[in-house]
Amino acid sequence: MKVGLFIPCYIDVLYPQVGIATYTLLKRLKVDIVYPMGQTCCGQPMANSGYEYLACGTNKNFIQQFKEFDKIVAPSGSCVLHIKEHLKGESDLEKNQALHIQNNIYELTEFLTDVVKVENLKASFPHKVGFHQSCHGQRGLHLSGMSELTAPYFSKPEQLLQQVEGIEWVKLDKKDECCGFGGTFCVTEETVSSKMGKDRLADHEKNGAEYITACDMSCLMHLEGIANREKSHVKVIHIAEILNTQNAEQ
Amino acid sequence: MRNHASLAEQFNLDENRVDWHNKTLWFVREKRDKQSHQVPDWEKLREIASKIKLNVLSNLDTYLMEFEKNALANGIQIHWAKDAEEHNEIVLSILKDHQVKYMVKSKSMLTEECHLNEYLEKNGIEVTDTDLGERIVQLAKEPPSHVVLPCIHKKKEEIGEIFHKHLNAPEGLSDPQQLTEIARQDLRKKFLQSQAALTGINFAVAETGEFVVCTNEGNADMGTHLANVHIACMGLEKIIPKREHLGIFLRLLARSGTGQSITTYSSHFRKPRAGQDMHIIIVDNGRSEHLGKEKFRNSLKCIRCGACFNTCPVYRRSGGHSYHTAVAGPIGSILNPIRNREDYKDLPFASTLCGSCTNVCPVKIDLHNQLYELRQEIIASGSGESIKGFSMKMMARSLSNIKKYEKFKRTVKWGYRYTPFLLKNKINPWYKHREMPEMPKESFKEWYQKNISDGK
Repeated sequence: MKVGLFIPCYIDVLYPQVGIATYTLLKRLKVDIVYPMGQTCCGQPMANSGYEYLACGTNKNFIQQFKEFDKIVAPSGSCVLHIKEHLKGESDLEKNQALHIQNNIYELTEFLTDVVKVENLKASFPHKVGFHQSCHGQRGLHLSGMSELTAPYFSKPEQLLQQVEGIEWVKLDKKDECCGFGGTFCVTEETVSSKMGKDRLADHEKNGAEYITACDMSCLMHLEGIANREKSHVKVIHIAEILNTQNAEQ
Repeated sequence: MRNHASLAEQFNLDENRVDWHNKTLWFVREKRDKQSHQVPDWEKLREIASKIKLNVLSNLDTYLMEFEKNALANGIQIHWAKDAEEHNEIVLSILKDHQVKYMVKSKSMLTEECHLNEYLEKNGIEVTDTDLGERIVQLAKEPPSHVVLPCIHKKKEEIGEIFHKHLNAPEGLSDPQQLTEIARQDLRKKFLQSQAALTGINFAVAETGEFVVCTNEGNADMGTHLANVHIACMGLEKIIPKREHLGIFLRLLARSGTGQSITTYSSHFRKPRAGQDMHIIIVDNGRSEHLGKEKFRNSLKCIRCGACFNTCPVYRRSGGHSYHTAVAGPIGSILNPIRNREDYKDLPFASTLCGSCTNVCPVKIDLHNQLYELRQEIIASGSGESIKGFSMKMMARSLSNIKKYEKFKRTVKWGYRYTPFLLKNKINPWYKHREMPEMPKESFKEWYQKNISDGK
C-alpha cells in the first residue's frame, strides 16, 4: 500500500514539527509513505470564503500530486474534509482521479485506527492534556461522537491517546464547542472569533490543562495566538506530536 | 452598512453581557440534550420528521389545496398572499370589515417578517403582542432577537426599567415573578378590549383543515377565546399531511427549542365558534421561489424551534440583533439571503461551519452545508467585497502550483523577517486579539528534502 503524505500549507510553513512528527510516526508504524514534492494547498481557504471557483488551480495540482497513491493521509481533519467534499476534476479522467482521492483520503488519527489499526503505540506524555474536538474532523469526518446526537459516544483520537503512557485527561465543560477559528472567519469576524477562542481556552485552563491538543493545527494556531496574547501557561501541541513522543525521545 | 461582523463587534463591547448571553442559551441547549436523550429513537424521530417535511415540499400544491378545501368546509375563510404587502393588506381589510381598533397578537414570526405591527399602527390600529417576551421587545421598540425566546438578550433589571417606563411599575424592580404579574395585569386589559386576535400557525393539517398553535403562556387561547375575529397567518410551508403526524412534530418542537417535553399549550383550532369569524392567510413571500432552488429547498422544512440558535457558538456570542432580521441564527442566515440577497449577503459568512446546527435540527436541515453553498452563490453573483475578492485571487494564484507556492512562501518569510510591523499592528484583524505564530527556520518541505528525499 503506497501512501501519500499531505502536509497542509500552513503546517508546511509555520508548524513543520507537526509534519515531521506525522511522517516519523507513520514510518515507525511501517507505513510506506511518501511526501509528493509538488503539493501546495487543498484550496479550502478560498472555498470556505465562497471562492470555490478560484480553487481550480489547487484542485488540479492536488489531483496531479496524489492520483497515484492507494491512500492519502494528512494531519488535519479540516483539509481532509474539504478534499472529501469539494475536490473537483475538470476532464472525465480528472473526475475519476478526484473520486479515487476522495474515497481514499484520511485524517491521521482515523488512518491510524481504521487502516493501520494501531493498538499499542508505546508513546509517553506525562502531562495534563485537554483535547479540543475540531469541528470538521468531529462532525464532518465523524472522528468522534457528537454531543448533539443521541448515539453512543466513541472517539478515534481518544482511542489513540489512551495508548499514551502517563497522559492525564482533562474533562472539559463543553466537550465539543467550536474554537472560533473558522478559516477566514477568524479575520472577517475577528471579534466573535477571538471571543470564542478565549472561551475555549478558558475551559481548558479552568479544568487544569497544561496542554491543548487537537487533530487540527489551525484550531491550535488560533488558540495559541490567544493564549500567548493572554500570557496563559497553557501550551498547544498537535496530536501527532504526542503520539510520536517515544520516537522523539529515542 | 449594517452587517453581522460590525453589529457583533458592538454587542461584544460588553463582554460580561456576551458571557451571560452565551451561558443562558447554552443552558437551554443542555436542557435540549437531556430531553432528547430521554426519547428512545430520537434520531429516528428526526429522520421521520425530515421525510414527512420533504414529502410536503414535493407535493406542496396538493397539500395546500387539500388544506384549503377542508378548512373552507370547516367554515374558515382562506386568503392567499403573494408577499408581505399583500398579507398586511388582507389583515387590514379584515380588521376594517369588523371595525377593529384594538388587536392582540400571539407570537407569529411571520408577521415580524412582514412588519405587520408598523403597518397596522400607521393605519390607526393598536396591536399588542401578548407573548411576554414579545411584549417586552414591543415596549422597548426592538425586534425579537430569537424566534422562541424573543427577549433573551434582555436582563431582568432592564425589563424592570422598561416596565417602569411603560407600565407604571415601581422603579428598580427585577423579580421575574413580580414583573410577570405586572405584565399579566396589563395584558388582561388588552385581551378584554381587543376585538380581534391574530395568531401564528405552527402546524396546519391538510387532512382535517385544522391548525395548531403552540405557546407556553396560553396567550393564543386568551386572545382567540375573547375576540370575535381570529386571524391566523402561516407561511405556505407550515403544512403537514395528517393529524397523526402531529405526534411527531409536537414531540420534537418543544424538546428541541426549549428542552421541554411539550409546550404548555398546544391549541388546536378547527372551526370558528358560533358568532366568530376565523381567517387563515397563507403567505408565500418568496417561499415558492425558494422551493425551486434545489440546493436550498430543504431549509423550508424548518419548524422554527430555535434549536440552531441555542447551539450556535456564533449566535450565542453575537446576539440576535447582529443578524438584523426577524429570523436570526443559522436558519435565518439561509432564509433571509434567499429572499433578499442584497440586504442579507453577510449572514452566510457569520458562521464557522462547525456543523452543530445541523446536528440539533429536528427536521435534519443540513444548515452548515447550505451556508457553504450560499457563500458560493453570493460570491458568484458578484456580491462579495472587492478587497476580499482581490486577496482571494492572489491567494488562489499563489497556491495553484509549486513554483508560485515556493515564491509565496519566500515572500511570507521575508515579510516576517523584515516587515514585522506590517503583520503586528492593529489593522491586522488577527493581531488584534492574538499573537502571530512564530516563523520556524525551515519548512517541512525543506526538512524532508534535507533528511528524507535527498539523504536517508
